[in-house]
Amino acid sequence: MTDKAEGSLLYLDDVSVSFDGFRAINRLSLVLEPGEMRAIIGPNGAGKTTMMDIITGKTRPDTGDVLFDGSVDLTRLDEAAIANLGIGRKFQKPTVFESHSVEDNIALALKGRRGAFATLFHRRSAAEQDRIDALLATIRLSDKRDLLAARLSHGQKQWLEIGMLLAQEPRLLLVDEPAAGMTDAETAETAILLKDIARTQSVVVVEHDMTFVRALDVKVTVLHEGSVLAEGSLDAVSANPKVIEVYLGR
Amino acid sequence: MITSFLIDSLDRRGRIVVGLLVALALLVPAGNLLVPEGSAFHVSTYQLTLFGKYLTYALLALSVDLVWGYCGILSLGHGAFFALGGYAMGMYLMRQIGARGVYADPVLPDFMVFLNWKELPWFWHGFDMAWYALLMVILVPGLLALLFGWLSFRSRVTGVYLSIITQALTYALLLAFFRNDMGFGGNNGLTDFKDIVGFPIQAPGTRAALFAASALMLALGFVVASAVVRSKLGKVLVAIRDAESRTRFIGYRVEHYKLFVWTLSAVMAGVAGALYVPQVGIINPSEFDPAASIEAVIWVAVGGRGTLVGPLIGAVAVNFGKTWFTGALPEVWLYALGALFVVVTLFLPRGIVGLWDRVVSRRTKPAKEMDGSGRRAGEAA
Ligand SMILES: Nc1ncnc2c1ncn2[C@@H]1O[C@H](COP(=O)(O)OP(=O)(O)O)[C@@H](O)[C@H]1O
Ligand SMILES: [Mg+2]
Repeated sequence: MTDKAEGSLLYLDDVSVSFDGFRAINRLSLVLEPGEMRAIIGPNGAGKTTMMDIITGKTRPDTGDVLFDGSVDLTRLDEAAIANLGIGRKFQKPTVFESHSVEDNIALALKGRRGAFATLFHRRSAAEQDRIDALLATIRLSDKRDLLAARLSHGQKQWLEIGMLLAQEPRLLLVDEPAAGMTDAETAETAILLKDIARTQSVVVVEHDMTFVRALDVKVTVLHEGSVLAEGSLDAVSANPKVIEVYLGR
Repeated sequence: MITSFLIDSLDRRGRIVVGLLVALALLVPAGNLLVPEGSAFHVSTYQLTLFGKYLTYALLALSVDLVWGYCGILSLGHGAFFALGGYAMGMYLMRQIGARGVYADPVLPDFMVFLNWKELPWFWHGFDMAWYALLMVILVPGLLALLFGWLSFRSRVTGVYLSIITQALTYALLLAFFRNDMGFGGNNGLTDFKDIVGFPIQAPGTRAALFAASALMLALGFVVASAVVRSKLGKVLVAIRDAESRTRFIGYRVEHYKLFVWTLSAVMAGVAGALYVPQVGIINPSEFDPAASIEAVIWVAVGGRGTLVGPLIGAVAVNFGKTWFTGALPEVWLYALGALFVVVTLFLPRGIVGLWDRVVSRRTKPAKEMDGSGRRAGEAA
């Protein structure tokens, strides 16, 4: 569609969306390269979650282009189609399937055929079991595999959700405030895990916690009132007078 | 593939239920036909027919639980599918009467002669053949559910709104079937049946066979429901129930899953209705009464929502209660039912089965393995 989109993994151009006249996203533009990890920061209500809603098909933008892989128009697809294209999402509030076991949560997210008849007759293969075991080890929940997800601690649920995200094997991961409600130790481990993931997949992380963002050590986009206020290294944006005003002016 | 899929589907409790139903299908008719009347093991024809009716209610309850308990779709209109299956069977039974009606018309049922109709409406054609009627028992509720579900799930109608339109659906059908010019016997419905597949419908042997058919069909429904619930698809259904949008974001097309289970459930309800009608001897528009659908939901809640055994227990127990109350204290029944629902909702979120599980697990398993609802991880039925 647009030449500028060529070669990008995710391309947002001039995107706006209003809720009852309130512009939550205001002419937002953002480009993510394949393999890139990006941190998005910004005060509460800046539109970070809404941006993810737009990318994943939950919210339709009023105007603007949202392209995946340089050409796939995401505004025309529903959530399931976008997920199957390879865009995975972790919610701000951890959402796992509480009445399923930890293992079943991963099994449900595991990449595979998603049709009703395929799942009706599905039998778990040895390869799938290996993959589930490996993922459980990665998120350190191997010993909790038979526990109902409802019984996990907040931090463990966050990790389970990251595990589910990995199970989908997405090309792009959108991670909304993964460190919220975590202890310092858990936060540090989460940063390591995400950096590890970013070696093979593209990641967009929304986070408030500056220590966490610093640990990620990637390009930062500052969102404010639905548009990009600044972009660059964390040090550069922290020194930006506009950013300082937004953060300290509150 | 299908058989191993069905056989593997039962857990220990499921095998007990199916075993019991098969035993009932054999023993109750035997108790009626073979055991002499004076014996303590004799089952009267009244008891046999009454219990056969309960079994069709149990199948209806199972179908409600499949959508409500496992997918979170609270249908307050499942009576409509039950009644449609019942009408399809009723139409077959009407055509079986032939020239033996009051007006002795060889083709037209009495009510049509009474209305001065000269020929059979097109939608009554074919119902003189049992295979066609059985096909309609499945197709009519199934196709209506498919259409209704497709429209509502695609527009993402959920929760209370969906419950309300299911009520509207059954209410609309109630009004439609009341009308004489609809061609379904209006207010009086279809009755005065004589034969079913050539056997006199009142004969003890026929009644016993209908009872056995109800028990076996319930067993089959249970096996199918169990297979569905324990499959990966069943896990997706529960995922939808607990976190619908999360399920979408991992790539499942939620409306397809809902449509599948909804349609399957409607067909089960229709089959239940088809077995109900020859046993009670009548089908009329009151089966579409919204209150009837709500009652079915109460059976499920009482027995245990989201357990497959629960709806069976709930349907039979509540209807025993209803039969007793309407005999002894008819004016109290509705209050008793209402009170029962309140008590169950407040104190027994998983009904009788949940209570049972809690009692058993307290005795055998350390409490920490259980979740709040008294269910262990991974346990579905
Ligand atoms: N569905 C919605 N309806 C109405 N307002 C919304 C909706 N979603 C988000 N908003 C508003 O849009 C703004 C941006 O919200 P959000 O994207 O959640 O911010 P952030 O994630 O950056 O904290 C907020 O003011 C919020 O109230
Ligand atoms: Mg947010």
